[in-house]
Amino acid sequence: MIEAHNISKWFDGQQILFDVSAKFETGKTNLIIGQSGSGKTVFMKCLIGLLTPEEGEILYDGRKFRSLDIEQKRQLRTEIGVLFQGSALFDNETVLGNVMFPLKMFSPLSHAEQLERARFCINRVGLKNANDKYPSEISGGMQKRVAIARAIALNPKYLFCDEPNSGLDPKTSILIDELLSDITHEYEITTIINTHDMNSVLGIGENIVFINQGRCDWTGNDKTIFRSKSKSLNEFVFASRLFKEVKLFLERQYESESNAESKG
Amino acid sequence: MFASSIKTLGKYCLFLTQVFRVPDKWREFFKSLVKEIYKLGVDSIPLVIIISIFIGAVICIQMTINIVSPLIPTYATGLATREILILEFSSTMMCLILAGKVGSNISSEIGTMRVTEQIDAMEIMGINSANFIVLPKIIGFILFIPVLGILSMFFGILGGIIIAEFTDMISYEHFVYGLQSFFNEWHIWYSLIKCLVFAFIITSVAAFYGYYVKGGSLEVGQSSTKAVVSSSILILLADVILTKLLLQ
Repeated sequence: MIEAHNISKWFDGQQILFDVSAKFETGKTNLIIGQSGSGKTVFMKCLIGLLTPEEGEILYDGRKFRSLDIEQKRQLRTEIGVLFQGSALFDNETVLGNVMFPLKMFSPLSHAEQLERARFCINRVGLKNANDKYPSEISGGMQKRVAIARAIALNPKYLFCDEPNSGLDPKTSILIDELLSDITHEYEITTIINTHDMNSVLGIGENIVFINQGRCDWTGNDKTIFRSKSKSLNEFVFASRLFKEVKLFLERQYESESNAESKG
Repeated sequence: MFASSIKTLGKYCLFLTQVFRVPDKWREFFKSLVKEIYKLGVDSIPLVIIISIFIGAVICIQMTINIVSPLIPTYATGLATREILILEFSSTMMCLILAGKVGSNISSEIGTMRVTEQIDAMEIMGINSANFIVLPKIIGFILFIPVLGILSMFFGILGGIIIAEFTDMISYEHFVYGLQSFFNEWHIWYSLIKCLVFAFIITSVAAFYGYYVKGGSLEVGQSSTKAVVSSSILILLADVILTKLLLQ
């Protein structure tokens, strides 16, 4: 479990995060949602340790990140896998080379075992016949899969994904979401996904944290998100025409349910 | 302006402390080192050869045209060509040219890695990215620059010999006699020492500008320009200091 307590972050005198607290549970897909510019990426970077918050504490299974020494932080980082928004694959390495990279740097396995593990991870994300291709030679969806394979190569305890669906078509987005959800449950990983894609929210939102203007406005899951009374959350969720239709449908459904209850 | 320069210098020194650490994996370091020697050094050989031949030829022609006094012996053309090539061209001028090629290459490569989050990905894995990416470039180029320097001297002199052999501006015998006259071995060492210092400036300054780039492709281009300009100025400054220290 990862816990964030009262995280505040400033950039050039401007406060971006205001006392954000949240819990991200193990074996669940935890989503951080919010509009563009709401501070969710900054929050995630604080969680990963790429940014240092001016105030607050982050705990990895009870270990205070701020209190860890350099060697302990280094050890912790080997337990973290990250899927970046643009995949962040190494341009000069092939698909296999990218997945092998963390193994080569940190794994005590022999070269043959590393190769086997890398091939297993590539197969696990459903990539075939792409081992010798360079990132520029494969599609965006395939790049995301390679990035996921690289992120899980060292069997991480924590997996962070920054907008994994950005730039992907809806069908591929669903496949990536399903893959992340499957991996989370299969390996009991604490997965944190940063997204503003409502399809992801409904598909894999087992624990959701809503960030609005640098503040945590709401926490819940895919079942409770439509019943929230939070104005800012409703504005975010029902922004698109499709979800406005969904809202009307749900309101009619709630109305008929309450009518039935009152008659009963 | 002054405060900002001091701040940049401090940031550069801190960056170097990150770079000069013991590599996490020696095996990976040596693999990268070989790649960098090939990419930064071996790939520069054709450029160095072409430029050196032409500049050597031009220096020979200009010396022949300008040294017309009956008090100066004809072999002085060969002597002057050799001294100019060894003392200044094969070290300073060649490194200024390489600052453009190698410097912009390093800066844009690392800058692109920064803006596409590849460096962040390494940091997240717990890798010292400055050390992993930059150290093989600095060491590789420093190791290979003496080869480029010596090649430049050789082909520069060859350019002069071509002019002496295939034109009637100066006799081949006089030119070669000039090349062999009053030779001071220390000048070769002086030139190679300068090359080593300039190689360090080119790689470390370019890597510094690339590593701290913020933004997108436009900023990567700007950082490459800054890297080339800054390293060129630093090369000229170091040239003055080293000449004073080593030749006086």
